[in-house]
Amino acid sequence: MPNAPEPRAPRRVVVDPHGPVLVEGPVEVETPDGIRRSDRFMVALCTCRRSRTLPWCDTSHRPRERRR
Amino acid sequence: MSAVGPAEAAWYAEPRGEVSAALADCLRHGREAPAGLVRAAGGAGVDPWGDDLHFALYLLYELHYRGLDGVSDDREWDPGLLRVRAALEGRFLDALREAVPSPRTVEESFGPLLTTPADRAGGVSGSIAETGGLWRAREYAVLRSPYHLKEADPHAWAIPRLTGRAKAAFVAIEYDEFGAGRAEAVHARLFADLMEDLGLDAGYNRYLPAVPAAALATVNLMSLFGLHRAWRAALVGHFACVETTSSPGSARMVDALTACGAGPAAIRFYAEHVTADAVHEQVVRREVIGGLLEDDPALEPRIAFGCDATVLLEDRLADHILTAWTNGRSALRHPLPQPVAA
Ligand code: FES
Ligand SMILES: [Fe+2]
Ligand SMILES: [Fe+2]
Repeated sequence: MPNAPEPRAPRRVVVDPHGPVLVEGPVEVETPDGIRRSDRFMVALCTCRRSRTLPWCDTSHRPRERRR
Repeated sequence: MSAVGPAEAAWYAEPRGEVSAALADCLRHGREAPAGLVRAAGGAGVDPWGDDLHFALYLLYELHYRGLDGVSDDREWDPGLLRVRAALEGRFLDALREAVPSPRTVEESFGPLLTTPADRAGGVSGSIAETGGLWRAREYAVLRSPYHLKEADPHAWAIPRLTGRAKAAFVAIEYDEFGAGRAEAVHARLFADLMEDLGLDAGYNRYLPAVPAAALATVNLMSLFGLHRAWRAALVGHFACVETTSSPGSARMVDALTACGAGPAAIRFYAEHVTADAVHEQVVRREVIGGLLEDDPALEPRIAFGCDATVLLEDRLADHILTAWTNGRSALRHPLPQPVAA
């Protein structure tokens, strides 16, 4: 049998329309401040830019509660 | 710094009423549970939110976790003790059913949790930061220790009861809770590090006599859901609720602990939960709840109930803590002595 390379399974990325982008870890993120790494099985990348733990989501994308 | 706490008290030293006293006696002396104890446990005389019930239930549940000193491991499946447990669970569940609106949808239960509270500074974490010094942080750690020192353990009982998508995603989250293969990163270990950083003794159940019913109830809830397959969907609802509220709550704790000068290990426990639970929330709602409902849509009200019961007990605990602190009292059954500097 010839040693044909296995086709690589595409990495699936899940987009939360109101929140982060979910990527299977481990992940390296190149940011202007250098490379950040996460070994978690899944990583949530902040897209709203409100996170205090960039590049990772910290749920700051959630809408503000309406005063009751 | 040496650990602070009351002189080491045995689990049976301080029963909290008739039922827990009789139960502690049976456990300690290897005696069968008398029929009268089963009746008393299920009777109207027992406050379903009170110390007697929750301490007794906590002791019975511990037989399924790490056992109790001096009690034979065989008693985990002692029919008489199981009858007492069932009677206590019945009282607790009736009270929960009465207090929690149902049936609700997952959307109704989780929707309100997916917003940022208008008042970010308030609550328990706000008042930990308020006084300066670490005594409130220590009390809070003691209150949470029965849960966090076995964090994720009760939820592991859901695994054999889930299948497919829900199971795969649930186990992936649990793997993270259990340190992704590294003992030093197990979340329960991170909490033990937090306790030691705060000058507390991280021994399992070390502070049990000091922990009031309002805190024990939050742990009993997940043990109850975990030990009954019938409540598996509620256990998932509980898990999802904790994951959904944890990230912003942990961020507030990072701020509070930083403000009162806690050390890096204490801060790390909550910092880890900010980013971990932002992921866990996504996975648990999409894959675990989504997968479970795909398999069995009839489970939806139970998932919602698990979430609502969790919110109810968390609110009761926060009330208990804030009421005690604003009145200048300890939120524990016995205040911790002042720590001795090393
Ligand atoms: S996407 Fe979640 S904090 Fe930005
Ligand atoms: Fe955790
Ligand atoms: Fe988590």
